[in-house]
Parts: sequence; C-alpha cells; structure tokens
Amino acid sequence: MWDYCGHSLDLARLRGATYADVRVMHLRQRDLTTKNGKVGTVGQSESIGLGIRAVVNGAWGFASTDLLTREGVAACAAQAVAIAKASALAKKENVKLAPEGNYVDSWQGPCEKDPFEIPVESQIALLLAVDGAMRKVKGVTLTETDMQFRKIDSWFASTEGSKIHQRRFISGCGIGATSFRDDAIQKRSYPNSFGGQYMLAGYELIESLNLLGNAARVAEEVVALHSAAACPQKSGTLILGGSQLGLQIHESVGHPIELDRVLGQEANFAGTSFLTLDKLNNLRYGSPIVNVVADARIAHGPSLGTFAYDDEGVPAQCTDIIKDGEFRGYLSSRETARLVGLNRSGGTMRTESWNRLPMIRMTNVSLKPGEWTYDDLIADTEDGILMDTNRSWSIDDRRYQFQFSTEIAWEIKGGKIGRMLKNPSYSGITTEFWNSCDAICNAKHWTLWGTPNCGKGQPMQTMGTGHGASPARFRNIKIGAAFSNE
Amino acid sequence: MSAAKTKRGNVNSGGRNVTSRGPSAGAQVRGERELRAIADTVLRLAKSRRIPETEVHVEEIVSALTRFAGNTIHQHVAEQGISVSIRTVEDGRTARVTTNRVDEDSLRAALEDSLSLAASQPKDPNLLPMLSKQKYRRVNRYIPATAYLSAEDRARAVKRVCDLADKRGQDAAGIFESGQAHSLLANSRGLGAGYRQTQAEFSVTFQQGSAASWAKANDADVRNFDPQKLAQTASDKAIRAQDPMELPPGHYTVILEPAAVLDLVGFLFYDFAATAVQDKRSCFAERVGKSVVGKNISITDDAYHPGQLGDPFDGEGVPRQRVSLIDKGVLRNLVYSRRAAKVAGTKPTGHGFALPNEYGEAPMNLMVAGGSSSIEEMVASTDRGLLVTRFWYIREVEPYEKVMTGMTRDGLFLVEHGKIAGSVRNFRFNQSVLEMLKNVELLGPARRSTGEEAFEMVVPPMKIANFHFSEATKF
Repeated sequence: MWDYCGHSLDLARLRGATYADVRVMHLRQRDLTTKNGKVGTVGQSESIGLGIRAVVNGAWGFASTDLLTREGVAACAAQAVAIAKASALAKKENVKLAPEGNYVDSWQGPCEKDPFEIPVESQIALLLAVDGAMRKVKGVTLTETDMQFRKIDSWFASTEGSKIHQRRFISGCGIGATSFRDDAIQKRSYPNSFGGQYMLAGYELIESLNLLGNAARVAEEVVALHSAAACPQKSGTLILGGSQLGLQIHESVGHPIELDRVLGQEANFAGTSFLTLDKLNNLRYGSPIVNVVADARIAHGPSLGTFAYDDEGVPAQCTDIIKDGEFRGYLSSRETARLVGLNRSGGTMRTESWNRLPMIRMTNVSLKPGEWTYDDLIADTEDGILMDTNRSWSIDDRRYQFQFSTEIAWEIKGGKIGRMLKNPSYSGITTEFWNSCDAICNAKHWTLWGTPNCGKGQPMQTMGTGHGASPARFRNIKIGAAFSNE
Repeated sequence: MSAAKTKRGNVNSGGRNVTSRGPSAGAQVRGERELRAIADTVLRLAKSRRIPETEVHVEEIVSALTRFAGNTIHQHVAEQGISVSIRTVEDGRTARVTTNRVDEDSLRAALEDSLSLAASQPKDPNLLPMLSKQKYRRVNRYIPATAYLSAEDRARAVKRVCDLADKRGQDAAGIFESGQAHSLLANSRGLGAGYRQTQAEFSVTFQQGSAASWAKANDADVRNFDPQKLAQTASDKAIRAQDPMELPPGHYTVILEPAAVLDLVGFLFYDFAATAVQDKRSCFAERVGKSVVGKNISITDDAYHPGQLGDPFDGEGVPRQRVSLIDKGVLRNLVYSRRAAKVAGTKPTGHGFALPNEYGEAPMNLMVAGGSSSIEEMVASTDRGLLVTRFWYIREVEPYEKVMTGMTRDGLFLVEHGKIAGSVRNFRFNQSVLEMLKNVELLGPARRSTGEEAFEMVVPPMKIANFHFSEATKF
C-alpha cells in the first residue's frame, strides 16, 4: 500500500502540488439482522481504494479510485491536480495549513476477540435466541435484532513525510420490540435505539451486553407502554438517562463546535452554528458543573471517536470544549485552525472511506462525570420526570432550538421512581438547557456511547462518534410539546 | 447527526470502455462491456462450482462535486468506483457478499464467502427461487452533456454565482455535482437487466446578515436547470428575508413550496410498503381501502414519468409497475416485493429491495397529483398565513398518526391580506402528515422537486390550513 501512496504523492508533486496527502483504506463489514424470529440480512462487504488530496495554485483538489495499479493511482493523482487547478478559478485566498509534525507510526485499536473470526452460526444463533425471547411476550407485534462488525485499515501518507497505518475494529448490536395496539405504535430498544451500542472493540462488546438477559424486559416494557399514562405537558424537572444525554451532547454541543460550520462551510446543507468566533471564552454555555471535552485518545475510552491520528495525520488530542460552564474550544482542522489563529489543529479530520474527503467530525465529545450517585439523584428529586432511550431528535440549523422524544419515561415523586409514562418529549434552547443542569451522576454511572450514524457533508458521509455521559438533572425544562396541540 | 438522505443506489455510466473519459476529465469509466464481463465471470464460476442459484449485481459510479462557501470553492472532489454484489442460494439459504475487487480470484472468494455465510443460518422455507428472464420498458436517462461536464465547467458556473454574491455583499454556499452510473443485474436463471443514468445537482444558499435563503435543482440533464437563475432566486429571497419578525407559535395557514411538500410527504414512502403494513409499523396498518387523507390528494408511484430518475427494475429484477397508492384520498394499493406479494396473495409490483433484507420494498418514485394554482395565487388568496421555503431536520414523533417534527429554514414569510408582509423567525412544527393532507386547500402544478430529507419526487406546492407550529427559535 505504501507504494501506491508514494507513487501518487510523487505524481501530485511532479504536477505542481505544494501539499498532498493520500489515504488507502480497506474496509470490511458484516451485517446480521433478524426480524420476527427469522433471519433478515446476512451480508458481508469489502471495499478498498485510494483517495488523494492536493493543493495546487493555492486551491484544493481531491480524487479517488479503486483502480489500485500504478497507472490507476497515477491517473487519480493527475485528476486531483487538475481539479485543484479548476478550484483555483474561484478562490479567494491560498490554502494555508497550521503547522504539524510528521509521523511514522502504526497503531491498532483494542480488540480482544476478532468478530470476523467468531463463527457466523453462533452470532445468528444469539440474535435468534434474543428475538425469540422477545416474541414470547404477548402483545409484541414486531421483534428486531442486529449486529454489525467493521474492520478498517488505513494507510496515510503526506508530502510532509508522515506514514501512518491504523487498524480499527468496530462492533455494535441492538435489539428492539414494537407493539401495535389500539391505533398506537410503541417501541423499546436495548442497549440503545437506532442500532444499539457501538464501540471500538471486538466481539467482547456483544458478550458484555447480555442481550438475552434484557430481551424479556424490553418486550414487557413495550407492551406496558400502551397502558401507561401520557407524559404531561408542563415545565419541570427532567432527568435524562445516559444514552439520551449522549445524543443531547451530540446535537447541542458536538455539532455547533465544528469550526467548518462556524465558518459557514456547511451553510448549504448541515447548517451553521450559533457559536460565532466572538463567543469563544466569552459565553456561559452551561452551569458551573458542566464540563465537556472532545477527546480522541484511547485513554478516554474505546469509542467511535477514538484513534491515534486523524485523517490529516494529526495525533489524537483532548480539547476542553466547556470548562466549568464556560465555552472554551472548537473542533478544528489544520486549515480552519490557521484561519482562526489557533497554533495547531485539534485533530478532528476524519473520512468515511477512501472515496471521501476528510472533514471536521466529532471525536468523543463527552460530558465529564459529576459527583452524584444515581440513587441520591433520584432521592433528591421531589417532582420530576426521568426519560430514557431516544425516539426522535431534531434541532435547528444553527443549533439553538431542539426537541427530543424518548421511548419511555417514569414519574419521580418524593424522591422515588413511580409510574411509567408514554410519549415523553422535551424541548428547549441549547444554552438555556445546559445552564439548567444542577446535578450529574458520578463516574460509576458514566458510559461512553457510540453513535454510528452521524451524517454530514456533500457528498454525504456517515461517521461514528462517541459521547460519554452519566444521568443528569435539568430544571425548568419544557416537557411534552411534541404531543401538545397548543 | 444531520438528516441522512437515502438515495437509490442504482446509477451508473454507460457503454464505454476503460479508455473513456467521464466527468472531471480523468475518471476512467469501465462501462457496460466490462461490467458484463464481470457478471459473466461470476456466473461462470458459480456454474463450475455447481451453486444452485447465483445472482450478481455490478454497479459503477463516477461522480464529481464542486463545493463552495464564503464565495469560494473550498472542496472539490471526484470519485470512481465499482461494486460487485453476489447472492447465492443453496439448500434454502441465502446470503450476500459485496466487493470492489474484480479480479477472478477475488470474485471466486466472494462467491465462497457468500456460500459460507448462507450455510451459517437456518433453512428458510419461504425463500423464493430466483426470477427468470424478464422484459423491461426502456428509459433514457443518460445524457452525455451531464456525463462529460468537467471540473472547469462546474468551477466556472460556481465562479459566476460567487461573483453575484460578492456584488451584493452576500455569502454564497452550495454544490454543483455531476455524475453517471451504470448497473447490471444478472442471475443463473437467465435474468439480465441493465440501466445507466446521469445526474446533475445544483444547490445554493445565500446568506445576508442573519438571513438565509436557498434554491436547488436535480435532473438527469444538466441543461434543464440554470445555476445562475437559481442563484439569482436565492439571492433575491435573502434580501427579502432580512429583519425577521417574531410571531407566536400556533396554528397557521401555510403555503408550502414544493421542496417543503417533498420533504414532509416523502417520509410516507416506507409506509406504503406491504411489508411495513404486515409488520404493523406503517401508519397505513389496518387502513388499506380506507380514506386516509383529503379527497383532493392522489399519490402514485411511477418510475417511468419524465420527472423521475431510477432504474426500471427492482432489487430482484422485477419490472417496476406504476401503482396508484392513494386515489382521491383513499388508500387503494401498497407496493409489494415478491415475498410480501406471496404473503398477501397478490402480484409483486417491482419495488423490492435486493435480498436478503428485512424491509421488503418501498416506492422510490412517488408523485403527488397537482392542481392549477400558482404560488402567487395561493398568496393572493390568503388573508393571514406563512410561506415556507423548506423544512429541516424532520423526524418522526409518532408513527401511526405520522406526527413529524422539524424546523422551517432558509426563508419563512408572513402573508397578510394576499401579500408578503415580511420575513418571520423560524418555527418548529409538530404536525401529523395525514392530518395535514386532509387540510389541503389549493394545489399547484406538480413538478420534479428536490429537498434534503427525502428522495426527489414529483410534487406540487400546497396551501394548507391549520398547520401546527409549536415553538420558535432565535433567528
């Protein structure tokens, strides 16, 4: 692979590139699903190719190919140069990159049990057993399970001398039960909705999640939801479970801190951000107990935003985003870092595949744990609603106003969890919401959730991100607007 | 995560050998002959291996995209890639393996992997035999003018748009994309289906101060839209969108431009799947034959309409049929894969996904019948209402009444006494799509429309009463 990398860089340089970097990637994936006691999808895929990015005449060009021959990659490099020259027809300023060292390294993410070496029979057998356990519960009308495994090798090289090989295994799984009754559809999922939990891990993740042990509970809860009281519409105290809080962080912290959005580069599609440059170090984002970091280092945990180097060859870092409630940092690339006067990129450029351009993506954007035990948090709450497991999510294109609904909620009265509530939702304005946070559970309750389906960019790229969170409490939150007719 | 738009995967180039030049001069297009050779190799290897049934889907995509923001090109990309997807059936078991390695050893390995995966599961007594040879209706959606649009062509068009923004003190951001795709579906029972298509897309956002506006077009023929005109429209609208007023949320009469209709109604697409209805996760479960929306609403699926793109066959090779889904408000039909059709005791409609899968099928070429009212006439007939350019981040809140939430974006205007009275801060809506389609007062001419959350469809603008906005945002 290094030969292809070197050859394409040589060609780009020869044709006038002042900077170029290249990625060869080999992606392997296995997808298994069941539905209603039968196997659904059984599939594997692999894709290998090369993408080269070049600066010529002060402008960017990118081309990719799956023709991995010397002629194929040479043509690809020539195309990237030609595209860069065309880009220069409509450029304002020359591309300039923040300085970065060059690295020669090889890194592999954690994986105790290679999921591709585990017999497919046993993987399908587990899914069918879980599916069957959910189907045993009367009132369940649809059962679904899934597993996905990925193995990603990438070879990165640049004209600045870096040569980095990384290997990452990603595993994920989830189960769901749906019930249709009396003109209503309810759903419960485990360990999270929309695919479940994903981590930078091997098959050990699947074994740790005890899918079978949770199947009956999930199925019983979905049937019980039909008889539950409707979530009230009011302003009140809200406690969010960790997975829902993870998505809240993703939407209302992770996206607005992306510097490409802030600088208007995503204005046509993903949107911009309320976090204009004047807000840095000059905005109370949340209450003083709110601390958020963007941390791609393995020390933070093995999630979907964990790596050793980003796809510009910048080492993984930890950046303070919110410190003691104050807004302190953005997600940056080498180009955007220089545009806003940062000394160095924060190392967040990532690409979905060999045929996509690296772009600023969340790494692991996590809310640091607080001091509370979960039991104390509940006991301290006189009147509130506990919501868990996302059902829908939406936020405006500058990331102010959001609305989330969850699969399930419980009433909290007098410091105790009470009756189940159906159709819960809450909404608000980002900074008002985070400033209303008055309690965060401690590290014992903290989970690093993997979000496998973050879409951004044109052409669209889907990326995995990580979000550490523990249950937390928020005051004076608008509850129930999604189901209100007012 | 932002809205993920799902597009049909079947696209490709056409009939060229490896020396042909595609978009952005430099891409090497393999073309139909090479794709056919790959498919033949797979079927030959399968026959020599005595695999009872084998299906192969070969697809090549060549595409390029010029992206601009802040009145300059900041991303400019090209891709070329092939995929070979192989499904085998042996002893009532099936599985799919996909690769982009096309040498004979890699194809042989993919076949073996497919057999191995298939053998790893219980026998499926309901697995249908592969389809034999079919007849397909021809569609011509390959336009050389689109296929051969160069990086320079796109860059020059973008430069003119950026110049307009510079001249007016505005910021322009957007994309100009062009590409081609070519696919081939064949199986060991003699089925053979091919399709090629070009596609071009231009989308632009103009920002002026805190105001923004948007325009977009998508077509097989790049000559069917003018980026400069779209930019002019968005630029003019950005000027009108200045200084938005804050209005209270509540129920308003709305005039939805086609992109807004598309992105909301488009969320119904999977509800029309027979498998979704059989699984009782569709809003049409137990509603077939019943009145579900207003009498002035008719929805069909028609892959052959000139305003549509996409192949004339489904994932199993069944020829696509035109299906009347909702006729004058009554849900008349669903779409069926072969398996769903067998369960329901009816015939497949040509909307199945490639097997194996758990979702069944979906209509990908929806058309909402239009009327004769122009948007200007809708405005003139409105005493008080809101004109909506488009919606954003639409998600399902409640599946059976199809309550959706989302935001307005890029141009929301107050209509008073038949005239535009100013721009308005954006709202969040929580609205049942079924209820909305019972409140349609006027329909405009239906046309090919494109948004950011749904497939391209043929839809009209609509004037709708009693649309529910629940909250406002800060801009």
